[in-house]
Amino acid sequence: MLKTRFGGVLFQAVAFVLAMSFVSLILVAVGASPLEAYKNMLTGSVGSMRKLAEVLVSFVPLLLVTAGLLLTFSAGLWNIGVEGQIVLGAIGTTWALRYFVDSTLPPALIIALSILAGMFAGALWAAFAGILKTFGGVNEIFGGLGLNFVSTALTLYLIFGPWKREGVASMSGTEPFPDIFSLPQLPDLRISPWALGIALVAIVVVYFILQGTYFGLRIKAVGKNFRAAYLLGIPTWQYSLYSFLICGALAGAAGALQVTAVYHRLIPSISSGYGYLGLMVAMLINYQAIWAVPVAFFFAALNIGSIQLPIVLKLDSSLSGVLQGVLVLFVLLMEGVRQKFVKKV
Amino acid sequence: MNVELKNIHKHFGKTHANRGINLTIPSGTIQGILGENGAGKSTLMKILSGFIQADPGSEVILDGKPVYMDSPASAIRYGVGMLHQDPLDFPPMRILDNFLLGLPSSFFPNRKEATQDFNLLAKEYGFSFDPENYVDSLTVGERQQLEIMRLLFLGARVFILDEPTTGISASQKEKLFATLKKFPEQGMTVIFVSHKLEDVENLCDRVAVLRGGELVGETKPPYNTSKLVEMMFGKVVTLGERQPAQTGDTVLSFQNVSLEDTRLKIKNISLDLRAGEVIGLAGLEGSGQGMFMRACAGLVRPVSGKVILKGRDLTGKSYHTFKREGVNFLPAARLEEGLVPGLSLTDHFVLAEEPKGIFIDRAAGQKLAEDRIKSFNIRGTPTSTVESLSGGNQQRAELALLQSPLSLILLEHPTRGLDIESVIYIWSKLKDRCRQDGAAIIFISSDLEEVLQYSDRLLVFFSGRVSEPIDAATTSVEQLGQLIGGKNWPEKGGAHA
Repeated sequence: MLKTRFGGVLFQAVAFVLAMSFVSLILVAVGASPLEAYKNMLTGSVGSMRKLAEVLVSFVPLLLVTAGLLLTFSAGLWNIGVEGQIVLGAIGTTWALRYFVDSTLPPALIIALSILAGMFAGALWAAFAGILKTFGGVNEIFGGLGLNFVSTALTLYLIFGPWKREGVASMSGTEPFPDIFSLPQLPDLRISPWALGIALVAIVVVYFILQGTYFGLRIKAVGKNFRAAYLLGIPTWQYSLYSFLICGALAGAAGALQVTAVYHRLIPSISSGYGYLGLMVAMLINYQAIWAVPVAFFFAALNIGSIQLPIVLKLDSSLSGVLQGVLVLFVLLMEGVRQKFVKKV
Repeated sequence: MNVELKNIHKHFGKTHANRGINLTIPSGTIQGILGENGAGKSTLMKILSGFIQADPGSEVILDGKPVYMDSPASAIRYGVGMLHQDPLDFPPMRILDNFLLGLPSSFFPNRKEATQDFNLLAKEYGFSFDPENYVDSLTVGERQQLEIMRLLFLGARVFILDEPTTGISASQKEKLFATLKKFPEQGMTVIFVSHKLEDVENLCDRVAVLRGGELVGETKPPYNTSKLVEMMFGKVVTLGERQPAQTGDTVLSFQNVSLEDTRLKIKNISLDLRAGEVIGLAGLEGSGQGMFMRACAGLVRPVSGKVILKGRDLTGKSYHTFKREGVNFLPAARLEEGLVPGLSLTDHFVLAEEPKGIFIDRAAGQKLAEDRIKSFNIRGTPTSTVESLSGGNQQRAELALLQSPLSLILLEHPTRGLDIESVIYIWSKLKDRCRQDGAAIIFISSDLEEVLQYSDRLLVFFSGRVSEPIDAATTSVEQLGQLIGGKNWPEKGGAHA
């Protein structure tokens, strides 16, 4: 029974309970009521339409990044550089918007072109990591990490240099774009249905790529055994690079939507750590696309739900990060335990 | 040491791998354990060496005392040591460090003392090692010797050897046997597991035969080979008559090809291979046959000369170009190079086919897998992952992945570790493909009988030298063995094939 899918779910349920208990212990240790904290996080995330919309704002980039990472993980690659790819997406989009801001083209077209520019920039940044890996022998983790730092530096340079606000440069970012260059939002809510649509389409496309296409099967073969895949006739390094490019484009889209649907300008922390969070989501769902939507939503809800903790309970909002991290660790741990169990039975 | 196995049972899930085995091995004997793949030999030996634990009710008794061993480390404390099919050592390390690793010692090992002990022990058993040398410079046979020394040093009194003669040369085998024959005099017990009749007959004082998890018989010399075979398989099996090849047009032609890697240089190989022909490559591991085969596959680029496949000059082209022209390479390391662990049989067959459109037709893939599983007699289902298959079935799966049409099949140790029935089956499939597609076969094997049995011509490799093609029908095992060992070679200069 433990070998079946049900067995896997059982172990993950246990992991979830353990993670919650562990965080509860921490809360008790600092003298807070766990129940109160969880209740606050729940009402703070899905307690009202407004809150729910906030969760979705956070859910969109997280889902896009996760979708992209599912491809690189399938190809056996640790695309740590995804954080920088989000940033480059935001930079590319900002660049395009600045370029077209005075043109006479219809705004809808400009927005579309800008998002494409962001995806292109993200893919380009991923291609750097991919080329370093394929031709330079640089592990993608190191290459990606390096490129992340470069991307942060580039953002700061642009905000305080060539793209600085009239008169004074500040950490609050570049000059906001006029409203016509924003993706339309629902009345009274911050969420743009367009952004949500793009993210959902992305995960569905990735799901089908991995489940039902030759492309996806080849990516998986490359990820599971590079050498055998080559001997079976698959152009291996090309497929590694494809997975980087697609992941970069999706991360770039996340950055593009941060600019066009959320901040309407380039800010220093535009990626907001969604890249690293996406890595955690991908690990938590064991690289199964089918679980990406609920888990990414759950993580986004934790993020938003914890915002009011400092005000109400005088707890730091980083509690959500603790819970997310602990959850991932316990799920991985229980997976290890399960593997041992399966071997013994 | 006297070893007594009493009523040993072992279940793996639904599989009943050992069914109440009772076996007593007196001190000072060399006990042979015969059986085909899956007969339960390895399971029994793993129980005796503490790797796995038998079902409750089973008993292992050493010198009259029942013992419970829950790990290889506790087994060695009782004096039971096992030599594995693949040496468990650390190739990038020095021999001495490798040796020290297994020893219970202080935080800072005394290298000088250890070196002395090492040399003393090596001398006693007639081995010669430089303890400061690196393990990866050793041959498989030498690594075995090293492992034996390590077990001796740890105080082993019972030696279990699992298929130790696979992958070592004839002379290394002789040396190994000579070493093992010294053990009984010192009251040690040797358990020799094999499916090679000849080895068992040459070495063992007594033989136990396992089949289907049960002990089906015990015999003593003089051995009756056909009786042993009958016990192993439950019926009489023979390799069958040699079939002369029907040779056709030239498939592959090497023209003055020279190959080079960091260790070896092979100069001026010329060879014409015709459709339907089977060429066996013999030689000690690492004598250049592997490089030659990879050159045939396009995985190694020649330094000079020309490689022509079916009239097309493919010199310096990539492996994938060779593959498109119908060259298929089946590497020896099945799970490392040949197959993709984690993917199912269906996935493999779909990957090996030309893609039709973007989306995979699942139903067609399933059907393809079912057909192949049936026609290649693979014990598995379309959704079985390749790592869940046994070695023989993995080999069949690799064969089932051969593309069509084919012009050349390259096989590295195609039947290593397989029982005789699988060997016969696999060769009949290969010969079928040869006939159907007008393909030729080149294969590497360290089993001399296999080389002579299945090839039409053979090439012998000896430290970078390649022999003239030799007619397999008129060559004996002894002649071949001597060539492999570097004897009876013509004077240098005429080494054209």
